[in-house]
Amino acid sequence: MKPLLRLWYRHSPQLFISELLEKRWMEPIVPFILMCVVFLIFIVSIPGYTSLIQLQQLMRSFPEQAFVAMAMALSILSGGIDLSVAAVFAMANFIALYLLQVLGLPFPVAVLGTLLWGACIGAVNGGLIAYGKTRPFLTTIVVLIIVRAAYNKLTAAFALELASGYADSPVWDFVGVGLIWGIPVNMACLVVIGIVAHLYLTRIRSGVHIMAVGSSRKAARHAGINVKRSLFTTYVLAGMLASFAGLLYAARLNSAGTDTGVGWEINALAAAVVGGISLDGGRGTISRALMGAAIIFLLINGLVQLGTHGSLTTATIGFILLAAVGFNIKFVKNKGKILQKIYVSPSYVEFTPPASIARDSGSVFAENDRLKDVEAVALDRIEGPEDVILDQDDHLYTVNRNGSIIRFLAPDYQEREEFARIGGRPLGLALDRDKNILACVAGMGVYGVRPDRTVFKVAEQTNRTWNRLKDDSRLWLADDLDVAPDGKIYFSDATTRYDLSDWALDGFEGRGNGRLVCHDPATGKSRTILKNLAFPNGVCISHDGMAVLWASTWLCRIYRYWIAGERTGELEILVDNLPGYPDNINRASDGNYWLAFVGLRAPVYDLAMADPAFRSRMVKQIPPDEWLCPGLNYGCVIKFDDAGSVLESLWDPGAESHPTITSMREHKGYLYIGGLENNRIGRLKLPAADKEWTGWESYWGKKRRDGRKDQTAAAGEGGTHVARS
Amino acid sequence: MSDTAVPSARAGGYRPNQAVIVLGLTATLFVLLGASLPGFLALGNLFTLIRGVSILGILGLGMAVVVIGRGIDLSQIATLAVSAAIAVTLVNSGMPVSVGLAIGLVIAVVIGIANGFLISVIEIPALFTTLASTLFILGVTRAFVVPHYQVFLEPGHETFLTLGGALDNGLPMPVVAFVLAAVALHLFLSRTVLGRFIYAHGDNAQAARLSGIATRPLTMLEYGICSAFGYLGGAIMVASTSLIHLQIAESTMIFDVILVVVLGGVSLVGGRGNVLSVVAGTLLIGVLLNAMTILNLDLQTQDMIKGTVLLVAIMADSYFHPRDEETAKQGD
Repeated sequence: MKPLLRLWYRHSPQLFISELLEKRWMEPIVPFILMCVVFLIFIVSIPGYTSLIQLQQLMRSFPEQAFVAMAMALSILSGGIDLSVAAVFAMANFIALYLLQVLGLPFPVAVLGTLLWGACIGAVNGGLIAYGKTRPFLTTIVVLIIVRAAYNKLTAAFALELASGYADSPVWDFVGVGLIWGIPVNMACLVVIGIVAHLYLTRIRSGVHIMAVGSSRKAARHAGINVKRSLFTTYVLAGMLASFAGLLYAARLNSAGTDTGVGWEINALAAAVVGGISLDGGRGTISRALMGAAIIFLLINGLVQLGTHGSLTTATIGFILLAAVGFNIKFVKNKGKILQKIYVSPSYVEFTPPASIARDSGSVFAENDRLKDVEAVALDRIEGPEDVILDQDDHLYTVNRNGSIIRFLAPDYQEREEFARIGGRPLGLALDRDKNILACVAGMGVYGVRPDRTVFKVAEQTNRTWNRLKDDSRLWLADDLDVAPDGKIYFSDATTRYDLSDWALDGFEGRGNGRLVCHDPATGKSRTILKNLAFPNGVCISHDGMAVLWASTWLCRIYRYWIAGERTGELEILVDNLPGYPDNINRASDGNYWLAFVGLRAPVYDLAMADPAFRSRMVKQIPPDEWLCPGLNYGCVIKFDDAGSVLESLWDPGAESHPTITSMREHKGYLYIGGLENNRIGRLKLPAADKEWTGWESYWGKKRRDGRKDQTAAAGEGGTHVARS
Repeated sequence: MSDTAVPSARAGGYRPNQAVIVLGLTATLFVLLGASLPGFLALGNLFTLIRGVSILGILGLGMAVVVIGRGIDLSQIATLAVSAAIAVTLVNSGMPVSVGLAIGLVIAVVIGIANGFLISVIEIPALFTTLASTLFILGVTRAFVVPHYQVFLEPGHETFLTLGGALDNGLPMPVVAFVLAAVALHLFLSRTVLGRFIYAHGDNAQAARLSGIATRPLTMLEYGICSAFGYLGGAIMVASTSLIHLQIAESTMIFDVILVVVLGGVSLVGGRGNVLSVVAGTLLIGVLLNAMTILNLDLQTQDMIKGTVLLVAIMADSYFHPRDEETAKQGD
């Protein structure tokens, strides 16, 4: 039963749904599904609906409505509305026929004339709305009435000439009935112009300006966009799109009836809204407008083909519009809320009771007071030194919450200076062979600072997991790193589902959301070497350079991953069932390793980890400040060796000076202690330690204990050190 | 915008009420037409004039309630046509006139409330809701209740027809109804708590909600009132002509109603204007329509002239009531 439970919670459908909801392409999912459903229903209920001729017929009559819908969508995206599109369309139809058939002008002139008409009426709309500051809705309704009346008058006046006229133009006929590779010409036009319009709105400056004005007029003005000109352009373009539709209509049907384009503005508005284009402007795409237009078109067309009573068709359309839009509005509005409720999806983690930490228990973890009287360095002059490191000149480097690397100068560490500013939230630090400081920066990746203080990027992405919905190619929460003898940088990306501010939520999940990544400076590429790790935190290369030790915070384990020698690629648990949540691991001078406990385990929280349903109820139903959390307010550092046995522990029982210890670094007989939320760096004298030992010497200098004899010989300078020792 | 911040400075201290301007304009037009058009000032023509626009005025009163509450009801004419047609059908089938009319009223109000529900609870934009509900109610009615476009009131319902007749002194009933409706609505909007709430709702819906007004039921009330006035107009229409034509729902009549409302100064931003605005707008349109009828202009030309007037009115509105486009909402 338990393995099943474990499996269920590990691949919970909740996880899938929450990551699905996060995708941006989920926004128009309702209109898209509606379109497919409508199409499918008619395929099933109308025989021969998908025959070639029928499809060509559909494609021939769709583009005109689609263009009108596009014109409408454009105006809505700019934050206004253009209800005159249908009347402009009808008038353009008349003008095209008039120019070609009555006046007998050549085809290009007719096209230009028709488009000119659209541009002119668009200029009237745009001029009034942008420069006359009139309201788009009313203005375009009035233009609709006037143009419609003029159209009716003109078609009545020229009825005879239009009926008897004939355009002797093969191009005209081709536009009307021609096919390009089996696709009607006007459909081809729609595809081309649709793509152009999409690129215009997303890539071209003036198009992007239209979207900006629609999103927020004020912000657009503040950004220096000429709001009035953008609006003017919008209506001119909308007019031209509508008149182009009129041209296609004229070519296809050669008639100007009294009902041409009547009510199309309503269909177009419906198309835009059903497609999910927000009436508030600025939100939507051309593809959504076309999707909406397709829904309306297929619906009307299909219902007519089914022989439905005309008025029932109308009623159905009205009903479907209301239902679809209502659902869409509620869906878009509540998507965030749903996501919030279901995003945290806990998994099943089972613990056994750890070794006792009681003072008189006699275990190696027994509480003591060794950290109680630690000397405070940089008291109140640093905020959140997650990691500390010292260079060969004994200067102390640490990270600050505001995204900078701070240096305290030796010997008394009184003088403070901002060594470099990276941004983000720097966490783990390491020194490479060239004495560059490498830092993991949450939300950004891995960055380096040269001794001359220039900042450089090491890695910001790794390979993406292809079978996962969420794009995890970016480094999400790079936490700690270390450099192997061959120069490769191993670092942990603690979780790919949460930002640093929500890192505790990852704890409620207890799932393997993190990964271990290797960056090879030689190729400049990063590669995920281990994935699905439960909050991989501290990373340390073993003294012999053969393995990476890393701590899994939520599973309370230290793992060893072999990177050299005959066991390369093997992963094993080195220390299991720690009584606290492990954070950074760093080398000790005696060939062992220091490990910081960021918090302590408690029986009740262990119990909660074995009950995922409880944790998801907790996250859903009670406010965050009442959540059951891991006990973070303890201070403890332990030491363990390569065999996985814990040697000693150092405690600050009340955690008055050093709660939430995340890092400790040994340097010349002292241990420097940093914490994620602390206001100081602790400095503890280690009487028995090697007074000459420094971290850099241990990695790159004469204190090295390298197990990779064969490889380091090739590594130049490093090899000579080994030979000397 | 800097120039919208100091509108009073531009207007030079005194800014006449838009309704007053429109009334003045109407009076000027009236004098001009009276001088130039033969037969315009005849008593019969004047009665025809106000009689013709009183239905439009009644519809405008209803629309004004919604517009003051920062909404718009494009389905008013459809509601009118549908509920009146159903009422007439019921009366024709032998139901007592009062019952038939009451059922029609209930249908109209229910449609209005349903619109208000979709707008306030489901939060579909008013413009779209009423557009789509027009399609829906028209389609359903034509498919199931009224198969033909026209419904004639069968003879024998004289009590009903008096609504479209005239009083003993020759005053047409529609005009009386318009005046009564206008007075009633004026009292409601200016003297009752609910009426003031509607203004508050239109002025700043968010502030109204935060100060404890139940804006959702209020929205439903607004649309219900709008439909009820529409139904009153529809009933008078039937009483005057013994016929209801469903095609009016597809005509530009709804725009005439909006025109009447906006002309007089019931701004679409909400919270502005009053019953006087609607009366002023109605009179102006009435004079205009009447003059065009006397001039024997065809319908298209009438539409074009009407449109041009409306365009001028809109430009004047945006000049006198400059709005902040940067905070404006769609549908303004």
